[in-house]
Order: sequence, then C-alpha cells, then structure tokens
Amino acid sequence: MGITLYIFWFLSFVAILSALCVVFAKNPVHSVLNLIITFFAIAGHYLLLNAQFLAAVHIIVYAGAIMVLFLYVIMMLNLNKETEPHKKNYIKFISVIASGLLLLTFVAAFKGAEITGTASNNESIGLVENLGKVLFNEFLLPFEVSSILFLAAMVGAVYLSKKELH
Amino acid sequence: MQTLSGIPINYYIYLSAALFCIGVLGVMVRRNAIIMFMCIELMLNAVNLLMVAFSRYLGDSNGQVFVFFIMAVAAAEVAVGLAILIMIYRNAKTSDTEVLNQLKL
Repeated sequence: MGITLYIFWFLSFVAILSALCVVFAKNPVHSVLNLIITFFAIAGHYLLLNAQFLAAVHIIVYAGAIMVLFLYVIMMLNLNKETEPHKKNYIKFISVIASGLLLLTFVAAFKGAEITGTASNNESIGLVENLGKVLFNEFLLPFEVSSILFLAAMVGAVYLSKKELH
Repeated sequence: MQTLSGIPINYYIYLSAALFCIGVLGVMVRRNAIIMFMCIELMLNAVNLLMVAFSRYLGDSNGQVFVFFIMAVAAAEVAVGLAILIMIYRNAKTSDTEVLNQLKL
C-alpha cells in the first residue's frame, strides 16, 4: 500500500471521467481530446504495471498516430460543430440501462472468481530487452506477417479514399 | 488478496470492465460514425489494459507481445475504417448512422 495505490486511483478516475466525456461531449473535437486524455491515463497504468515499452508504444501509436488521424478526418469532413442530431431520449435511456447491466454482469461474474496462480515478482518482463527477445524469437513469424497486414491496410486506405476513376 | 506492487488485481478487472462498458454505451448512444469508431478504440484499450495487468501478474511476457499485436491491428483497422468513412461521406454527405441504413431490411 502507499503511493502506488493513490496513483492508481487518480489514473482510474481520470480515465473513466474522460471516457465518459468522450461519450457525452457534444463537439466531436472535444471527444477526440478527451480520448487522448484517456489514452495518457492508460499509458500511466502501463507504467504503473512496469510495462515501459508498451507505455511508450501506446503513446506513440494511439496519441501520436491514431488520434491525429481522427482529428484530421473530423476537421476535413468539417464535423467540428455541435449540430450532430441526437438519438431519441428513450433510446439513450435504454442504452444507459443496457450498458449498466453489462457492467453489473461483469462485476458479478468476477466478484466470486478465484484467481489462480501466484503473483509473480518478476519486474523485468515489460522492459524492452525482454520483450524484444520474446518478439524476435517466439513471435518472429507473426511479427513479419503484421507487416503484410500493414501493407494491405495501406493499399486499401489509398484505394478507398481515391476518387472513382470511371 | 493477490496484489501487484500494492494494487489488487481485482481493481484492474473492475477498471477494465468499466472502460469497456463506457465504450459499449458510446456505440449505442452516439449517431456519428466517427465517435462510434472512437468508442471501439476505447473498448480495445480496456482489453489491452487487462491483458497487461494479467501478464504482469503471471510474469508471462506473451500477454504484452499480444497487446503489441493488438495495437498494430488497431492502427491498420483505423486507417482502413477512416478511409471507408471518408468514402461514405463523399457519397452520402453524412456520417450519421441513422441515415446510412440502406442495408436494413
């Protein structure tokens, strides 16, 4: 117990509050900015779990690349205004109840769950050295296959966003 | 209670469940397709967080490698998904999911 627990509560509070702001913000740009705050809070959780490599990758990929892409698309489509039509109130009400029930189901399912296995004291699994060894020995083939996935995604994105030629 | 550096593992389960449910709520409440997309990212991140917590808990680095691959797939998914959204917007002049219902029976 001690300072890590306080940091955990603080980061969880920030993550959940800004996640709610993502859902309920009127302006899409505010949603994007709140989602970036959520991602930074989750990166803080990764640091707390001693996964430095994933924290760095998370900030670079999500806050650096994905959210900029979102912001760029919102700006380009000129959606940065509060004119988005909203769903009917009863649908919103039903949605809140449904997701609350989902949360209740999760909590009820995990409350009685016995977590087997003993907590490991190995602090170094999240460091770059160890993860690099695992990634380039056991997971070399998936790592290379993911490059093909990126190539396919790149070709697909360029093809889809091109204007029709015929 | 089993803890990792002072934090019970259950706390991470509840935090991830809460974030996942907020993502589900966003997909159901919002009509803007881009915001729904962002909420799907939120759900992916909830799962990633839980995966990292359990990988730290069990001392098994395979979980963190898996999270790395999920991030790679999410990046590719966003690139293609936003391209599709731009194409839809160019044709239908909207990203409102209640208007884009031509596939509905």
